[in-house]
Amino acid sequence: MSKNAEAKTDTTVRVRRVQADDIANVIALDARVTKLSKAEYWNDVFLRYGRQRRPEQFFLVAENRGNREGSRLLGFIIGEIRTWEFGSTPCGWVFALSVEPNMRLHGVGSALLEAISSEFKKAGVDKMRTMVARDSRLPLLFFRSEGMMAGPYIQLEKDLV
Amino acid sequence: MRLQISTQLAIFAVLELTASEGRQLSVAEIGRKYAVSSHHLAKVMHVMGRAGLVSSVRGVGGGYQFTGNVRRTTLLDVVQLFEDLSSANQNGAIAATPEDQTLREVLNEIDDIVRATLGSITIATMRKLVGRRSNGRDRRAKGTLSQRKKHLRAD
Repeated sequence: MSKNAEAKTDTTVRVRRVQADDIANVIALDARVTKLSKAEYWNDVFLRYGRQRRPEQFFLVAENRGNREGSRLLGFIIGEIRTWEFGSTPCGWVFALSVEPNMRLHGVGSALLEAISSEFKKAGVDKMRTMVARDSRLPLLFFRSEGMMAGPYIQLEKDLV
Repeated sequence: MRLQISTQLAIFAVLELTASEGRQLSVAEIGRKYAVSSHHLAKVMHVMGRAGLVSSVRGVGGGYQFTGNVRRTTLLDVVQLFEDLSSANQNGAIAATPEDQTLREVLNEIDDIVRATLGSITIATMRKLVGRRSNGRDRRAKGTLSQRKKHLRAD
């Protein structure tokens, strides 16, 4: 990851690429937040976005600065650059972001979003998108506070009966 | 979506009061900026006062103060004090035909999006967006000014 992205984060938070050692903490954090354990899913995501990562894929984690032994995972973000899907010019998609509940409002989410934005920009895209459930108040408030607005697409769905 | 004048005034007043921490303004001061009568604005402030969003401070230098949390209070909290944002109401006079039900479904979809949008923007976010727009305008104005100066020098 770029030095730039690392340098701009909150002084107590360091953002870096995911490592194999982080996955147990990612699984535990996600289970605490969503109340659903999805170990298999996260191991698969790590394989695709962490270990065999393509240049347009990013799996970043935030940890508190401090000595190496004392650092702990505070959150993570995953995204990738998708090209020509839905007729869109290349753009960065953030499809997962999670922050340790007791560390919210401490700039961890902002640091992660800033770091992945920086990676997207470095890769040559100038637009970032995400999708949030209408009733997910906290993520909506967060992304809005980061300046994200409604985009030009409307998400549609249908029950398959 | 159109907002009533009272709703717009309420949002503008909240933005004025939250421009800096603990800011206190009279209705006359806010009214002057938006060219509205103090009487109209006083009614708006009264509604917001009842909802606990602002409080009045009496005496010399008194006025109104924002008492909500800028990072928690959303546009929806303000707007729904003045607007009816309930989903397409059940009109008993119209029979619930499939056409009526389908139309309600579409209207409810729109209402849901409106509520979700207003509910996702806090006063703090609004302030950030306003700041960004003001900065952009200042930069453009400065750019135009320096371009004019260059033209003048060239002439």
